[in-house]
Amino acid sequence: MKLELRGITKKFGAFTANDSIDLTVESGQVHSLLGENGAGKSTLMNVLFGLYEPTAGEIRVDGTPVRFGGPGEAMAAGIGMVHQHFMLIPVFTVAENVALGDEHTRAGGILDLETTRRRIREISDRFGFHVDPDALVEDLPVGVQQRVEIIKALVRDARVLILDEPTAVLTPQETDELLDIIRQLRDSGTAIVFISHKLREVKAISTQITVLRRGRVVGTADPGADQSELAALMVGRDVVLNRAKSAPTLGEETFTVSNLTVLSPDGVRLVDDVSFGIRQGEVLAVAGVQGNGQTELTEAIMGLHKAQGSIRLDGEELLGRTTRQVIRAGVGYVPEDRSTDGLVGPFTVAENLVLNRYDRPPAGNGLQLDPKAIRRLAQKRVQEFDIRTQGVDLPVGTLSGGNQQKVVMARELVDDLKLFIASQPTRGVDVGSIEFLHERIIRERDSGTPVMIVSTELDEVLDLADRIAVMYHGRIIGIVPGNTSRDDLGLMMAGIDPAASPQDTTPKGATA
Amino acid sequence: MSTTVTVPSGSGASPAAGPAPQPQREIVRHWATPITFAVLTVISLLVFALGASGESATFRISTEADAVQIPDIVAPTVPVGWIITLLLAALTVWGLLSVRRRGTVPGWGSAAFAVLFVAGFLVWVVGAADTTTVFLTGLIAGAFVLAVPLIFGSMAGVLSERAGVVNIAIEGQLLAGAFTAAVTGSVTGSVWAGLLAAVVAGALVSALLAVFSIRYLVNQVIVGVVLNVLVAGLTSFLFSTLLSSDSARFNSPPHFESIRIPVLADIPVIGPILFDQTVLGYGMYLIVAALYVGLFRTRWGLRVRAVGEHPKAADTVGINVLRTRYVNVLLAGAIAGMGGAFFTLVNSSSFSKEMTAGQGFIALAAVIFGRWNPIGAFFAALLFGFATNMQYVLAILGTPVPSQFMAMLPYLVTILVVAGLVGRSRGPAAAGTPYVKE
Amino acid sequence: MSAVTTQAGPKPDASGPSAGRPAGGSALRHMLAGNGMVTVLAIVLSLVISAVLIILTDEEVLEALGYFFARPQDTLVAAWEAVAAAYAALFRGAVFNYQAEDFTGMIYPFMESLTLSTPLIIISLGIAISFRSGLFNIGGQGQMIFGAMFATFFGVHLQLPFGVHLLLVVIMGILGGALWGSIVGILKAATGAHEVILTIMLNYIAVYLVAYLLQTPVLQREGSTNPVSDFLEPTAVFPPLLGDSFRLHWGFVVAILTTVFAWWLIQRSTIGFQLRAVGANPAAARTAGVSVKRMYVVAMVISGGLAGLAGVSQVSGTEKVLNTDVAGSFGFDAITVALLGRSNPVGVFFAGLLFGALRAGGVTMQTETGVPIDIVLIIQSLIVLFIAAPPLVRTIFRLPAPSALEARTAADPVTQPALAGAAAATTTTAGGTAPAAESAVVGDAVGVAAGDAASPPSPAETASPAETASPAEAAPAGARRDTPDAGPPPGGRGTASPTQDTTGEEGEQR
Repeated sequence: MKLELRGITKKFGAFTANDSIDLTVESGQVHSLLGENGAGKSTLMNVLFGLYEPTAGEIRVDGTPVRFGGPGEAMAAGIGMVHQHFMLIPVFTVAENVALGDEHTRAGGILDLETTRRRIREISDRFGFHVDPDALVEDLPVGVQQRVEIIKALVRDARVLILDEPTAVLTPQETDELLDIIRQLRDSGTAIVFISHKLREVKAISTQITVLRRGRVVGTADPGADQSELAALMVGRDVVLNRAKSAPTLGEETFTVSNLTVLSPDGVRLVDDVSFGIRQGEVLAVAGVQGNGQTELTEAIMGLHKAQGSIRLDGEELLGRTTRQVIRAGVGYVPEDRSTDGLVGPFTVAENLVLNRYDRPPAGNGLQLDPKAIRRLAQKRVQEFDIRTQGVDLPVGTLSGGNQQKVVMARELVDDLKLFIASQPTRGVDVGSIEFLHERIIRERDSGTPVMIVSTELDEVLDLADRIAVMYHGRIIGIVPGNTSRDDLGLMMAGIDPAASPQDTTPKGATA
Repeated sequence: MSTTVTVPSGSGASPAAGPAPQPQREIVRHWATPITFAVLTVISLLVFALGASGESATFRISTEADAVQIPDIVAPTVPVGWIITLLLAALTVWGLLSVRRRGTVPGWGSAAFAVLFVAGFLVWVVGAADTTTVFLTGLIAGAFVLAVPLIFGSMAGVLSERAGVVNIAIEGQLLAGAFTAAVTGSVTGSVWAGLLAAVVAGALVSALLAVFSIRYLVNQVIVGVVLNVLVAGLTSFLFSTLLSSDSARFNSPPHFESIRIPVLADIPVIGPILFDQTVLGYGMYLIVAALYVGLFRTRWGLRVRAVGEHPKAADTVGINVLRTRYVNVLLAGAIAGMGGAFFTLVNSSSFSKEMTAGQGFIALAAVIFGRWNPIGAFFAALLFGFATNMQYVLAILGTPVPSQFMAMLPYLVTILVVAGLVGRSRGPAAAGTPYVKE
Repeated sequence: MSAVTTQAGPKPDASGPSAGRPAGGSALRHMLAGNGMVTVLAIVLSLVISAVLIILTDEEVLEALGYFFARPQDTLVAAWEAVAAAYAALFRGAVFNYQAEDFTGMIYPFMESLTLSTPLIIISLGIAISFRSGLFNIGGQGQMIFGAMFATFFGVHLQLPFGVHLLLVVIMGILGGALWGSIVGILKAATGAHEVILTIMLNYIAVYLVAYLLQTPVLQREGSTNPVSDFLEPTAVFPPLLGDSFRLHWGFVVAILTTVFAWWLIQRSTIGFQLRAVGANPAAARTAGVSVKRMYVVAMVISGGLAGLAGVSQVSGTEKVLNTDVAGSFGFDAITVALLGRSNPVGVFFAGLLFGALRAGGVTMQTETGVPIDIVLIIQSLIVLFIAAPPLVRTIFRLPAPSALEARTAADPVTQPALAGAAAATTTTAGGTAPAAESAVVGDAVGVAAGDAASPPSPAETASPAETASPAEAAPAGARRDTPDAGPPPGGRGTASPTQDTTGEEGEQR
């Protein structure tokens, strides 16, 4: 099977997400789409999968032009997709999820899940998936959920498989397994479109690479291409892969967490007996794959989650205090998901800038607000943080992601902080803003504040951290110096401590 | 602690092969249920045992005309009050223990508690009444009759909400069904035409709900509330203009006759309930069964539930989410419309203003109480029907409980359920079922 | 804005098509696309539809329709006359009776409109405050009953000097409503039970409770067998505002003061700030240190308190006695008023005046032309439906659509949360039963919404693609960053599983 995209253009209003893109993928090939955040990769694949209608251009299957009115038609044409955000229904079983949309039925529309179960077992055995058809999806680990997505595509006889950022949620070991699976699929004649911004994986798996930037194809390359060359192509300029940062001036350890445990509503130990400390003028970065307890750890510190143990700041116990009391104790907190936890979308920029300080001078007093003072304050902060907005009275929801993040940072980075915590401080933020935000964080450190950064981005961790704590399954697997190698960190993020037990590094992990 | 590498022991498990090991899980204890038990046990002690008055309560099961005669049950109030209180206390202790051991109280425990408590209440209240004999079969049969529109309404709620659209407009759908059934039935002289019109009317109200909430994205609670007002206004307006000016022509509908199934209808207690019904009554059982099987055993149901759980996932496997929602919301309206027809084609002689009197809201409560499961909603609606019927029966018996308090019962029970049990429980349906989308 | 990279590529406007002044920029277009226009047209449309109903049920029209093909003009004339008569009566009954003999008679209808709108405005302000806090208080009826019961009890059984007595009655009424409302807030905060169900159930309980108490010496008039209370002491009632010729009482002034108070509370007070934050995005409010649970209770106490005050204005002002029908349909009317006023106190005040006037005029219309007052319910609900769906009104009247930014800024957070700001789209379910579909549905809805608003589904509105849209942000060379291809969905993180974030974010390893 040969799939061709010819001159695909997709416009949203005046914004061109895809600009006459050509792409060809054939059986037995892995064609990688490489590009930065927002380069238009996902838009292109959504066009291909029938979720978006292209503004111009055509899709050809084996030379014949086709039009997909919806994902159903794309699947009927043999195209399968593993979405970045899994399209699985948590309360359904694996079999139900796989059957959905392509059900086998007996008379009267009665479901015949047995056929589906058999197919799942077949595929599962062939690729070594270890997936139980009757398990509830919500009980499965992320890596297994992804396999369910792949099974969904294979059950429908997909001859072209699109994988959209498939490794984002995986540990290095899981990633290697996935790459193995992709090779098997390739060898069995499936055409693969592999979407990623991770050079290492793209180089490891591709037969062909197309680089997208700002909605256009800026180049093609073969997997032998030089890594920094690819990176430059992707970002549009020379890239400095590592940057030096000044040495910290350490003060006292004013922030300590001891034996902290957080339970989920149904009793899972989300944070499991965690202890660490941060000194003044030091950045501790908490690294780990998404969903290993980092979120709950920060939320417990902020009083947003019930916890057991002890959290002390300047000798005072924070555990058991309300969020407001924690904030008043001098803690600045940038939550990981700004649109959910950081900002009130319909509120103005000015209101968002005083979201946790509306009742203190100069914004207001215990009784009422001072709108003029709030505006003045906002204008000052907007200037200081270079927030691009048409005015401080506009809803913050109308700002771009980078500027929204700056609003959150501007609010939290106030004077006299005793502790600064930032979760995913630059997620979904453009390169220019990242630079700015990182600089701000380091400046806060240098003013003598203990800083805790939670990030799933190793680059960010290595850029900012003086020490790195790696979390895995709710535990801190180890706290290591800021210059620890990526390989060691990668192993720790998979729950293996290289320093402690090298023999545990399984052969599978070694193939990386 | 500052720069050394701290290594927790026992972290060497390979996460790579197969499913990753599940993190350790601890028991989370839900005390709400046993605490509720305890409170109710105290009430039982104070009211049913210590507060027992009168000699005994008599429950008659058979009438003299029945083929099979079952003797009356005579319950002496004081001993029964004490026995039930002791049993409730035992269940409470057992509930506390089982929460300590495994976190929750099994569902059958709650059911047993509820049955015992109701029994205790019945004995106490009948024993204290002026007339201490009550016809139990009639009480239950009456409950079933009162529950019919509730059951239809709750099925409409289950279906619509399973598809992801909150249906506060059940009240309006019932009322529209009742109105059009009366008018069409009267004009055509055919019960079937009346029923068909009711179905169409219910679906029309649903169509508005669907269009405004699905196409125009208006908050579904608001659309529902406003639609109820609109239907109430429309039917009252037309009642005042057309129906009252010529009620012989517009408001004297024909009625469905009961169809008695021989032999089976003679079974004591359940015979008259299950086998001496109108077409609507039989249809109701059919719809409950069909919805249950349909939702959980068929392709259609899988898709409906998928759309209600995670529409985007459904979309990516080629299911037309909007169409599924439209279709099921319309179907839901049709079912509620049928329930509306029950008011004018079975239960009362003609249509009157706002005759549904809030039953749509009780049906909504039954949906939640029944955890969005057709069978659960069926029994919840029955319970509410039972409470309403108790109110009437006890008023006749002359009990110490003011009838207004009996009338409050369904609402009180719903609040208790919503706050105490449903609010935090993560039952199979509640774990992932839309209730209100903001 | 200087460092545009040399690479070829589209150079979209910094903030996408949505930013800045409306395209085309004409003031007329701006006005036509605005909220005010939609409100006016919604009212017109509702009156037109109701006119059709009046025509279709008018006996003379039906008669003339019988020989329509012989003399069609008869039908048209009859139709015109039916509608004209009805609406003229409505106007005379609501605003100005030009047929009256003296001035008092002429303005009597207007005073009557003000009288009827007094409790409506007050209770609607309460409902509006709950809406702004993200709570659907359907329980205005029950809270109003409680206010009226408390007020009546203290107004009937106590002997106090004027002023003190009235003040006490007012305070007690507010307390009564607040008490009934607080049950909802407390239960929601403590157990996560949904307020819509709670308030509906508490309405019925209040109805039965007042019916019961009106049969006991607590409230029942001595010697009466009807469920009605004694008259309130003269010291406990609002004095007439403009003399004894009108029923209008000082309660109307209270309604005005309440409007001012509600405006201050919502827009200026710190409590209002917290309430609005909780209403628009409870998660962000909680993260910023606002106690969401406490705010639920506060919102319901205020909301219920105002409903209680509305009850006071009924028993202490208009009716002077308590009966089982004291709350009438005020509870549900208040919802429509709050929606028409877009939960904005000043808007609610005028919406309350409008619906009060419709009520007053409806009575005249019914007595003079035989058109049942139920038509008012129809008009009311139609207005709200149309207002909640501006695209529908625009389509009917072929109005220009607002620009995407305007649509976002103008969308009513209560009726169309999916349109009003991305973060606002997060759910407000505080219960542990937040369904998985919710966030996904909302995320979905944002896209559909833009399409329905007849504006292109511009991703420039959502966070991530806008990054590329801004040349300014391609600023100085720096470290390469691996960032996810698409930012978090606008609806916030998918709550696919309570324990595990399955939406999958970034995790780069080497």
